[in-house]
Amino acid sequence: MVIYYDYDMLDVFLTDTRQPQLSVDFKCAPGELLALVGPSGAGKSTVLRCIAGLHAASHGVIRSNHKDWFNSSNNVSLTPQQRRVGFVFQNYALFPHLTVAENIQLASPDKTDVMMADTLLSKVRLHGLGQRYPHQLSGGQQQRVALARALARSPEVLLLDEPFSAVDKVTRRKLYLELNSLRRELDMPIILVTHDLDEAAMLADTMVVIHHGHTLQQGTPDQILHQPNTANIAKLVDVRNLFQGNITHEDPVYRLQWHHFSLEIDQDNVARNKHNLDKQTVSWTISPTKVLLHQRLRPSRGEQENPIQCTIVEILTLRGITTVLMKVQDCDDLIIQMDLSEHVAIRNALVTGDTITVSLLASAIHLICN
Amino acid sequence: MMDWQALAISLKLAIFTCLTLLPIGLLIAYLLARSQFVGRGLCEALITLPLVLPPTVLGYFLLVSMDQNSVLGSSFVLLTGHNLAFSFVGLWLASLIYSLPFAVQPMLRSLEQIAPELREMAWCSGLSKWKTFLKIELPLAWPGIITAMVLTFSHTLGEFGVVLMIGGNIAGETRTLSIAIYDSVLAFEHEQAQMMSLTLLAIALVTITVVYTFNRRHGHLLRL
Repeated sequence: MVIYYDYDMLDVFLTDTRQPQLSVDFKCAPGELLALVGPSGAGKSTVLRCIAGLHAASHGVIRSNHKDWFNSSNNVSLTPQQRRVGFVFQNYALFPHLTVAENIQLASPDKTDVMMADTLLSKVRLHGLGQRYPHQLSGGQQQRVALARALARSPEVLLLDEPFSAVDKVTRRKLYLELNSLRRELDMPIILVTHDLDEAAMLADTMVVIHHGHTLQQGTPDQILHQPNTANIAKLVDVRNLFQGNITHEDPVYRLQWHHFSLEIDQDNVARNKHNLDKQTVSWTISPTKVLLHQRLRPSRGEQENPIQCTIVEILTLRGITTVLMKVQDCDDLIIQMDLSEHVAIRNALVTGDTITVSLLASAIHLICN
Repeated sequence: MMDWQALAISLKLAIFTCLTLLPIGLLIAYLLARSQFVGRGLCEALITLPLVLPPTVLGYFLLVSMDQNSVLGSSFVLLTGHNLAFSFVGLWLASLIYSLPFAVQPMLRSLEQIAPELREMAWCSGLSKWKTFLKIELPLAWPGIITAMVLTFSHTLGEFGVVLMIGGNIAGETRTLSIAIYDSVLAFEHEQAQMMSLTLLAIALVTITVVYTFNRRHGHLLRL
């Protein structure tokens, strides 16, 4: 049986001026799934290897369950064997000469507990496959074995390094659902490394953006994807509506001057950044899901808020979500993206070349200090 | 007429060489595969040298190093009262040198082929480095180890030039099957030479077939 412990916060603070450079600072609570996101080569996997004890940063602290796993000031650096981590590698790293059950038993603290492998295999829906060898399993099954093996050690921290990258898209969706359901039973900090923002947004409670070994922002998926702290983060997380404007002050109200539009903005948002924003050029974003279409047949609330006339240049539909690319009238080089349910696009008979009006809701406009 | 004594000497030499080179070769291969150090290239070159050096050249240097006036030769005389050159022990030491690349290279290649993630995964699973070697690396490197032993065995069995230089042709001591074949040919005893040659051919064919079959069956284990 898996033994569950009272877990505490995983605290990671690392700096390294050598290659690969690191400047990383984040915390992960028990039961929380934290996704480290960033482009390939950003240093995500290096951070995971540092936590596991497979790579040592020159300075920093890694603390789990009130215990220092790594502390450069005290010269503490526990070996991977001394840190109780469950690690799922990108290619799963299953021992090819051992059966599935032997793979799991090898990682178990009690090597004689034959029931544990069965229990864990049932947990990952692979009951009865214990006597197979890894090469006799599909990619999805291998990933589940790797997860079961990672849990066999009753880990204090579960580390998942791009665990979905080696399977096809259909299997990946199934595995997302399974991990999501499994993680409700897990009460240790879980760190997921991925370069897939959708994957991170779907599974994670918290996202940490990492680039060139530096953590840039930590927050909920909604904060990271819709309220990035800097224009650089906005680009890294592929914010689709990223523009520049100027803050104008018409006492007591602040507005956003964007080309020839004077947009209403959330005054609370301004108040938080007042000293930064006053008369400044700022970057700003609006989530494509929060661009409001003025329906032709049924006007709705919010239509008075920042109305903009646009011409549709492209319509793309994927899995029930329609993305509409629109040129802002009188500003042909400005393209706004809007996401709608497919049925809304059909009901409004949107076609390329149509002129439509959308509202940029003040509460959805996120200002980024330059 | 088959020279059974020569066959026995050949088999004894091959078995002794295999058993000695198993731990030595594995240790050298492991150090080369897992550590980075200055002079690694020179080390690999020295180990591979017997492959490319003419056997007579290698035999000459070995003979000189086993001479009574050399450190090795004089120490051996001091310890045993016998000459190292033209003795079975001398032949055995020479075999270790000329068969070293046949033992080290396959083991090194198979250890290098093991994905580093497997060792790291073993450590993260709580296995010490020694247990990781025993439970993960050794079983996965097994095809390479078998190949190394079979190649060492068959190469030692068939070596001629170095054996002639170091061992001479002392019946019951250093006269191996390949030397016996050479003698038979010189004495125009073609029937005897043919029988002994066919014996060596059969042994070589069987051993190489074993290696290929084994590696084909177990080669997939090394790939992730």
